Amino acid sequence: MEQLIQQIASGIANGAIYACLALALVMIFVSTDHINFAQGEMAMFSAFLCWQLLDWGLNFWIALPIVVVVSFLIGLSIERVILRPLHGAPVLSVVVVFIGLLAIFHSLAGAIWTHTIKAFPSPFPQVAFAGSGYIGPHQLGMIAVTVGLLGALFAFFRFTPLGLAMRAAAQNPASARLAGVSVDWMLALGWGLAAAIGAVAGTMVAPAVYLEPNMMASILLYGFAGALVGGISSPGGAVAGGFIVGVLENLVAYFGNLLEKITGFYLIGNGEKLTVALIIVITVLTLKPSGLFGHVTVKRV
Amino acid sequence: MATTVSSTGTEAGIQNVFAFIRRRWLWLLIAFLALLPIIGGKTGYISNFWFLQLSLMIVYAIAVLGLNLLTGFNGQISLGHGAFFAVGAYTAAILIDQAGWPFWATLPMAAVTCFVAGYLFGLPALRLEGHYLALATFALAVAVPQILKYRHFEGFTNGVQGINIFKADPPFGLPLSSDQWMFLVVLAVAVLMFWIARNLLDSRTGRAMTAIRDHAMAASTMGINVPRYKAVVFGISAIYTGIAGALHAIIFEFVSPDSFRFELSIAILVGAVVGGIASLPGAVIGGVFVQMIEKYADALTKKISAAVHLPLELEPWTIYGIALIVLMYTMPTGIAGGLAALWRRMRRS
Repeated sequence: MEQLIQQIASGIANGAIYACLALALVMIFVSTDHINFAQGEMAMFSAFLCWQLLDWGLNFWIALPIVVVVSFLIGLSIERVILRPLHGAPVLSVVVVFIGLLAIFHSLAGAIWTHTIKAFPSPFPQVAFAGSGYIGPHQLGMIAVTVGLLGALFAFFRFTPLGLAMRAAAQNPASARLAGVSVDWMLALGWGLAAAIGAVAGTMVAPAVYLEPNMMASILLYGFAGALVGGISSPGGAVAGGFIVGVLENLVAYFGNLLEKITGFYLIGNGEKLTVALIIVITVLTLKPSGLFGHVTVKRV
Repeated sequence: MATTVSSTGTEAGIQNVFAFIRRRWLWLLIAFLALLPIIGGKTGYISNFWFLQLSLMIVYAIAVLGLNLLTGFNGQISLGHGAFFAVGAYTAAILIDQAGWPFWATLPMAAVTCFVAGYLFGLPALRLEGHYLALATFALAVAVPQILKYRHFEGFTNGVQGINIFKADPPFGLPLSSDQWMFLVVLAVAVLMFWIARNLLDSRTGRAMTAIRDHAMAASTMGINVPRYKAVVFGISAIYTGIAGALHAIIFEFVSPDSFRFELSIAILVGAVVGGIASLPGAVIGGVFVQMIEKYADALTKKISAAVHLPLELEPWTIYGIALIVLMYTMPTGIAGGLAALWRRMRRS
């Protein structure tokens, strides 16, 4: 039983990461209707930037805002420079460009920082507290950051004029343009925000796994799964979905283990993490493409 | 008088030859390739290494053709065709290694398993379009090595170690090296597959496929059974890529889970996009491109890094990515499409 609680707790901690990444994916999906396959690599790149600053001797809490701003600018310029000309292009072109971006970020990180594994210190103090047997301070910190991020985004979209303008641009570009909203810049802003959120996700995940160019592959897949479970059009849903798949991932491994212990038959374990994500993605896409909290889009013929 | 007649005679003869070449260039090219082992191998100009390279190019061309059929002619995006490549490769390797089948007999079997795999994956994919389908197939591509390492498959797949098989010697005591022989086999399979693809696209089925791509709803009002066609095309596409996988396993003599990582699916997609997504010659260009990149990207990137005095060693993928993005702007229809457009413009002027 204790082990089960521990598994759930660490699932929630992993879920925080997936939630962050899912949030970034949803930001881009809501504002541009694209699924950004390069999101994971962008987050990984941001994590490397942060590592570089730490390596130069900066404090984490000074480095983080710098990295977030730089990532924001990178995201913004990707939209303005690379994706703008593809407005109205077929889906395939956009997907191929995303794959190109993925390749560029992946290889650039490898070229600049090499493929050797790097340790990334946790920014949270290593203290013991009640329940620290179940969950580490870094895990708890990740959860707090994710929830804080979601709250900040919610406030931004709900209470600021800029947030309102971004929502308007996403929901009805034509009317928003008539009302004086610069829709083009809102899309770019959405990309910038997504990159910034991704940067936070990257710096949070780097201490939990080791820092290297491949670190995001499986996390991105779970981020996708989380976004889909929650509904890829709903930021709150994406966060919930991220936590759900995080817990699910650990429970599957736990019960797989239990099954093997009782019956001696190995069905599923830690080695099938990606397969589980694949099954989640396909199941959600076929049974309920709008996810748990997303709204159904009606297609006009 | 007599001289003029004879000169016009030779002129007409030359023109006839040109007309013949223009009409039959494809068959002449194939005949030339088929004679390569005799010309090049006997004179020693072409080493076995080059025959292996040529074989791999043709293999990738078949794989790219599979994706072309699905994405280019039927409008379904797949980022996960490496999975079907893997299924084909493992089918061939397991049958050769454990059941002792001759290599040629594994190809039809690879086709069958890949059709089933593709059809089954195509069924849930029916409900997905565009980005969602890309996402589902992306997940498939990332998960492939793990699925291959699954513990209960280990009896067949030999787990992480992979399977070693041995190249077949040429039959009937033909005076060819095994690389040359395999090149001929691969060439023959490719010609057959491309011929089938062309006939398929020219048929009623082919027109239904492109109709679904252009406007699924209009196609369905015309009485085309859209879901059935989509699932079947997914299966057919998997057959092509799977046969390419089987051939790859046979000429490469080795399969292991980590040769079928996400990068492979990307390479197939890149080949399709670079060559031209809805074009049969494009598939050939794409196949050549994939193998060239795999072989020379490293050297090329080093040269570029040195030429512009970059402070860091670029990796091939950077060039890959930039090439992809630039290509999407300049030649959205791939090299084949770009060349066709250029040709039209030159003829007009």
